[in-house]
Amino acid sequence: MREITYRQALNEALAEELERDPNVFLMGEEVAEYNGAYKVSQGLLERFGPKRIIDTPISENGFAGLGVGAAMVGLRPIIEFMTFSFSLVAFDQVVNNAPNMFTMSGGQFNIPITFRGPNGPAHQLGATHSHATEPLYANAPGLKVCTPATPRDAKGLLKTAVRDDNPVLVLEAELLYSSKGMVEPPDEELLIPLGEAEVKREGSDVSIICYAQTVPLALAVAARLEDEDISAEILDLRSIKPLDEKAIFNSVAKTHRAVIVEQDRPFCGVGAEICYRIQKNIFDELDAPIVRVSQEDVPMPYNERLEKAVLPNADKLIAAVKKVCYA
Amino acid sequence: MQRPEPRDEVEMLALMLLIRRFEERASQQYQAQKIGGFCHLYIGQEAVVVGAVAAGRDDDYVITAYRDHAHALARGTSADACMAELFGKETGCSRGLGGSMHFFDRSRHMYGGHAIVGAHVPLAAGMAFASKYRAEDRVTLCFFGDGAINQGSFHEALNLIALYKLPVVLICENNLFAMGTSVKRSTSLKQIVDRAEGYDIPGEIVDGMNFREVRDKLAEIVCSIRKDPHPAFVEIRTYRYRGHSMSDPASYRTKDELEKYRLDDPITRLRAQLTREGKLTNEKFDQIDKHAKETVLAAVKFAEKSPELPLERLYDYTFINRAKP
Ligand SMILES: Cc1ncc(C[n+]2csc(CCOP(=O)(O)OP(=O)(O)O)c2C)c(N)n1
Ligand SMILES: [Mg+2]
Repeated sequence: MREITYRQALNEALAEELERDPNVFLMGEEVAEYNGAYKVSQGLLERFGPKRIIDTPISENGFAGLGVGAAMVGLRPIIEFMTFSFSLVAFDQVVNNAPNMFTMSGGQFNIPITFRGPNGPAHQLGATHSHATEPLYANAPGLKVCTPATPRDAKGLLKTAVRDDNPVLVLEAELLYSSKGMVEPPDEELLIPLGEAEVKREGSDVSIICYAQTVPLALAVAARLEDEDISAEILDLRSIKPLDEKAIFNSVAKTHRAVIVEQDRPFCGVGAEICYRIQKNIFDELDAPIVRVSQEDVPMPYNERLEKAVLPNADKLIAAVKKVCYA
Repeated sequence: MQRPEPRDEVEMLALMLLIRRFEERASQQYQAQKIGGFCHLYIGQEAVVVGAVAAGRDDDYVITAYRDHAHALARGTSADACMAELFGKETGCSRGLGGSMHFFDRSRHMYGGHAIVGAHVPLAAGMAFASKYRAEDRVTLCFFGDGAINQGSFHEALNLIALYKLPVVLICENNLFAMGTSVKRSTSLKQIVDRAEGYDIPGEIVDGMNFREVRDKLAEIVCSIRKDPHPAFVEIRTYRYRGHSMSDPASYRTKDELEKYRLDDPITRLRAQLTREGKLTNEKFDQIDKHAKETVLAAVKFAEKSPELPLERLYDYTFINRAKP
């Protein structure tokens, strides 16, 4: 194991998959000559050439659709959105074309495509650039959605996504690109299955269910709660869809208390689905009502103080934990 | 690159007749409520797809919008599989999961059947991108209506196609209307073909009621694309005799206009040409027509007695690995 950044981990995953399969190509705005808006594709043009690392004009619908068409005839495109906020311009291709094709064709055309890029609120980018798109895409049957929070998960999930024969969205955590973590060396194949959550920290009093940018938040909060004799288990979903129900139920059956901390908006958010599944399947295990911590239900303000108030934070999460623990 | 042997024109006439009889029968079955949803008929436009397909190879990629029955039939999908799809049966070309607007036939390189106006033009770009990526000499034939040319996806795709020099023939089936909106009311151009100029794509106007003109123009274009991948645009002027879909009486156009086009019917025209040249007798024509009618009638019977996809298999066609999320 060695320590690398989330950005480097993604870059390694791309390079390894491009190396492994000549049908894989990377396409998007500024991915080639500029080395990626967030430098995730650094050096790939030089290594793989312009046939496989392809700059596009600013036409999200156009190049997302191009990817779907190429996948219909056997290529394995990786389509980068500069951020998933811009994927909304390509919503029709991602939601209507990529996942529907397999069904509509009666199973003749599966679409082995990866859509990837940064997702979720960053820092003071305002309402248009701060979308957490996971509930939008998880709602479309036929799409898989994963949300890595660590460099190791970023590498392993992206590689798995590229090899999946269905459309997969890798929603990268924009704020975590420079974060560091331990990852297997490049000569060790690292594949992390979609639909497998991971306990990032064991605990016994409460389960904090989190993903993407809320994982480091939950871990920091767990350390603080320890001082108050509350032992929090941190369950990182890693994938939103397929959802690892089993891991959620196992953890909650152990702690009997659950807080969900999500980076998206509350209405029809990821946490709403998880709450529903917990109460439907293991209602008797609960010692307290589940509490959700999410964004406020407003377009993201630019103002720094207001933005902070909209986002989940440590204070909100601690209050939620204390509420479910009756502490 | 040699042009493929020209396909037998009597066979092509038979294909146009099969399409027409199929659509007439589909219309009747729709009225009998055997077919659900939306159903858009191709009657009047037969020379476009048959001419285009006659100009290409069997392994060229074909993709179109929702008025797609003819495109599958022209590609060789059986009338049985097409009718069964309309009936929602498992034996349909999309297992009854696609319906009228979503016909697919992978083995015949028919890539759909796409019902979001304009959304399949980027897919055509991707298919052609793949051909070029693999250094194949296939051509992608992308059909779309006059209504698609004002859609963002269309514009984005044209720019990408031109920028990457992709081997696509962009085939605009200009039947003068998008639902009830005439081209005059939708498009700020003197003629549709001028759209191509804005993207530096060569464009031509073709008479879509004349099979031979469609075939010859497209054969020339396809041949030149095979030599050196590049896009081309054709505005094929045609007309649909029926309403936009089964529920549309088409009161936005005059009887005179419809009659004018009916007199120029593509099937009648090719038949007359072949008869004049001594390649077709009336007896032979009647025989072909009888065969077409029998084929579609048999297709109705086939569709009627075909099974539906069993409910237990509902989740089998969401993900290819069959995993239920
Ligand atoms: C994005 C989108 N908007 C609207 C519609 C509804 N609609 C279906 S067909 C059609 C007209 C399209 O006309 P044209 O492209 O000329 O094709 P034609 O019906 O003449 O073959 C419209 C507006 C749609 N299917 N998709
Ligand atoms: Mg039209």
